[in-house]
Amino acid sequence: MKLAVWTYEGPPHVGAMRVATAMRDLHMVLHAPQGDTYADLLFTMIERRNHRPPVSYTTFQARDLGADTAGLFMQSARDAHARFQPQALLVAASCTAELIQDDPGGLAETMGLPVPVIPLELPSYQRKENFGCDEAFLQLCRALAKPRARTERVTCNILGPTALGFRHRDDLAEITGLLSEMGIEVNVAAPMGASPADITRMGAAHFNVLLYPETAESAARWCEKELGQPFTRTIPIGANATREFINEVRTLSGSTLAVDDSRLRQPWWAASVDSTYLTGKRVFLFGDGTHVMAAAKVARDEMGFEVCGMGCYNREQARPLRALAREFGLEALITDDYLEVEAAIEQTAPEMILGTQMERHIGKRLGIPCAVISAPVHVQDFPARYSPQMGFEGANVLFDTWVHPLVMGLEEHLLTMFREDFEFHDAAGPSHHGGKAQPLPQSTPAAHAAAAEGGSMPPPAASLPAALPSLDTIVWLTCAERELKKIPFFVRGKARRNTEKFAVEKGLHEISVDTLYEAKAHYAR
Amino acid sequence: MTTTCKSAPVLKERGQREVFCGLTGIIWLHRKMQDAFFLVVGSRTCAHLLQSAAGVMIFAEPRFGTAILEEKDLAGMADANEELDREVARLLARRPDIRQLFLVGSCPSEVIKLDLTRAAERLSAEHGPAVRVLNFSGSGIETTFTQGEDACLASMVPALPQTEAADLLLVGALPDVVEDQALSLLAQIGLKGVRCLPGKRAELDPAVGPNTRFALTQPFLGDTHAALVRRGAQHIAAPFPFGAEGTTLWLKAVAAAFGIAPEVVDQVTAAPRARAEKAIAAAATTLRGKSIFFLPDSQLEIPLARFLVRECGMTAIEIGTPYLHSDLHNPDLDLIPAGPTISEGQDVDLQLDRVRAARPDLTVCGLGLANPLEAEGLSTKWAIELVFTPVHFYEQAGDLAALFARPLRRRATLRGQHPNMMEAAE
Repeated sequence: MKLAVWTYEGPPHVGAMRVATAMRDLHMVLHAPQGDTYADLLFTMIERRNHRPPVSYTTFQARDLGADTAGLFMQSARDAHARFQPQALLVAASCTAELIQDDPGGLAETMGLPVPVIPLELPSYQRKENFGCDEAFLQLCRALAKPRARTERVTCNILGPTALGFRHRDDLAEITGLLSEMGIEVNVAAPMGASPADITRMGAAHFNVLLYPETAESAARWCEKELGQPFTRTIPIGANATREFINEVRTLSGSTLAVDDSRLRQPWWAASVDSTYLTGKRVFLFGDGTHVMAAAKVARDEMGFEVCGMGCYNREQARPLRALAREFGLEALITDDYLEVEAAIEQTAPEMILGTQMERHIGKRLGIPCAVISAPVHVQDFPARYSPQMGFEGANVLFDTWVHPLVMGLEEHLLTMFREDFEFHDAAGPSHHGGKAQPLPQSTPAAHAAAAEGGSMPPPAASLPAALPSLDTIVWLTCAERELKKIPFFVRGKARRNTEKFAVEKGLHEISVDTLYEAKAHYAR
Repeated sequence: MTTTCKSAPVLKERGQREVFCGLTGIIWLHRKMQDAFFLVVGSRTCAHLLQSAAGVMIFAEPRFGTAILEEKDLAGMADANEELDREVARLLARRPDIRQLFLVGSCPSEVIKLDLTRAAERLSAEHGPAVRVLNFSGSGIETTFTQGEDACLASMVPALPQTEAADLLLVGALPDVVEDQALSLLAQIGLKGVRCLPGKRAELDPAVGPNTRFALTQPFLGDTHAALVRRGAQHIAAPFPFGAEGTTLWLKAVAAAFGIAPEVVDQVTAAPRARAEKAIAAAATTLRGKSIFFLPDSQLEIPLARFLVRECGMTAIEIGTPYLHSDLHNPDLDLIPAGPTISEGQDVDLQLDRVRAARPDLTVCGLGLANPLEAEGLSTKWAIELVFTPVHFYEQAGDLAALFARPLRRRATLRGQHPNMMEAAE
């Protein structure tokens, strides 16, 4: 038993629903009690879908448990087929139905429905949403895709985009366009937009493009083994990765067509002098493994940030993420407990967070700007405009999105120069984000007097405790605390942390104004 | 004498239900009861539901959480109880301000027959008297949406202290502003010392006994009603206090139970009633003559239909409710002229067929159905907003009417813009 307040991933049947909802002419019968229908609103509200997800819920109640829940399931499956006439039917159980062990797959098999019935095993008490996506898509491929003659021209399948994915809609469009420039047609893109009939045609492609290992890696591996289709390993997020992806596709396809990168603005936007202020900004990354690994490289190599922490909530990606973190000189944080993530961020005191909607809230609480790079998603992650993360346009989008939460270059300078302006002070936040600057409270003479008592001189050595100082016992003198407040908020966390670290290393029990500036000189870069 | 919906036949359906389970009530209960924590013993689905239903995540330390059952808990029961004790001890150590802990049963905990009543007794003995541990079920196999609040309040009734006083008890979790208005109106008609269930804090919970008279402010409190009657308390039957008319009738029924003449109510409520009628009239210009179809959701459907039909001039086509408690709903049903279909339960596909055939001007439904129906050109009102917005009594009557008018006004404002209704605009 584990206490959870907020979760990064839903249960596995929600993952299966993400696959079913992304597709056409497929229906899913979910053995589930009433209430599990809440999942419909994820799609209709967050993603603004104009259709109900293609899912029928058996809606068993307590009084059915002693009676015939299996009969209820079969009735629901028959009704769903009659009403929706799908090309194939997925059948699965939610967490409660798993416990009553009706075996929906076995039941459906005995019903002689005239369409393929694909049973899903979704262990709700062990696995989570991403597993549900990956497993549902794998079982669809296993049931429907068969080896068949390759298309005459070089084609590929795009694997991975689902409903409720982070920018999957636009990534799919961007990568489809990129492949088209390279002379490669998309045979089937799945699950998003594909029908079961399309899945049966997947074997005709020459290779596969895997966009999201979270949702489709098992299917890509199955296609490699059973259909002889190699798949791409590079996730084309960022300018460098997109170029690497193009090279990988050239190797797999033999394409030699030039790709027009004139609309890629990100490298110049990052190189132009206005962006100098981004240099060495300390960023903390958290999200799904794929997006975090890609974003870490973009942050360091293409934006000039310093990555000061990274982690993911999906254990499936722990190994590659740990390896990459080591390369960055960091230890990866692998957890699905948002309280742990919050503690890590608080301790690292980054200047910016690149995270999920959860980290956006953590950032709000801690006063740290945050840009969203990964699921779990929120209604804001489905913008009306075209906004991919992948390909050349994706690189442009990343630049804009990651810079937006920050205080702009000149504004940063002005805040540093005139720290105590009553209107234009740091607590007012970046000027382009709306919100109202609260005037600073006027300090009272009494406060000044009290502050003056702090002095900058350390007290006599005799009063010092004998034990060695540590980060927990170190004391900020009032004057130093006041000086720290003059440092703009976006670097204050770093200044505090560095000063304390410096003081501990020097064996100081108290921090004075001098300590603060000695630490500043020590860490100057 | 015209016939009313009280004697109308009820269409009973069962099939797929597009509703929340009772766990959803925790979203408002944990804000109402400021020293209470709601610990759901359930699955990842329960945690995900609470997070999704909350819509915006309430990161200000929510006073609820889910103890997620894992594979190893399902293997042996003794283990699950020990694990629960450990999680509760850890939680109470972290939150010393908690005085009431609700263990909330879920579908999985019910199916594996994890005995939360015994767990609550055991934990009460261990952590009491500082912390009172109670339990109720919010599981989807037993409860629909607002029934969660009913189950929660019902679980509190046996633990309430005994009294012989002939006091009035208001039952139902109301927004603070609305509760204050109700208490003020009641004080003006001469009822002092009125208590509320639930109280804002454990020590404010009311006492109850054979001389207690209670009035419900929410139409979904059937089990709480029964639990109070078991304690000897007497129910004051009345239409629910929605709209000017509903509020007046409710106040008069309460007044009558305490021997206060209706003229006193008329006198005290004249000014707020006039304000309410004026505010309703403004929204009613949009609503008059429009048809409305209620899908079953919060059990507020019958009293709201009564308000919209009688005070806003709407025509009800179908009034669906998850459960029909005739004891509680008859006073409202008796005010609705016969005509609309009264339905209980749901088979959502069949019901949507009826919606499409009737093409109502406004459909009241859950969040899962709203956008799909809008995309078909049907205006909708999210039912959940009716539970999350202050809508009771006089001062909110205009807001209540406006909640229904807004989707229609919006449709009119965006006339010709709706992607699926271009031809209708021409």
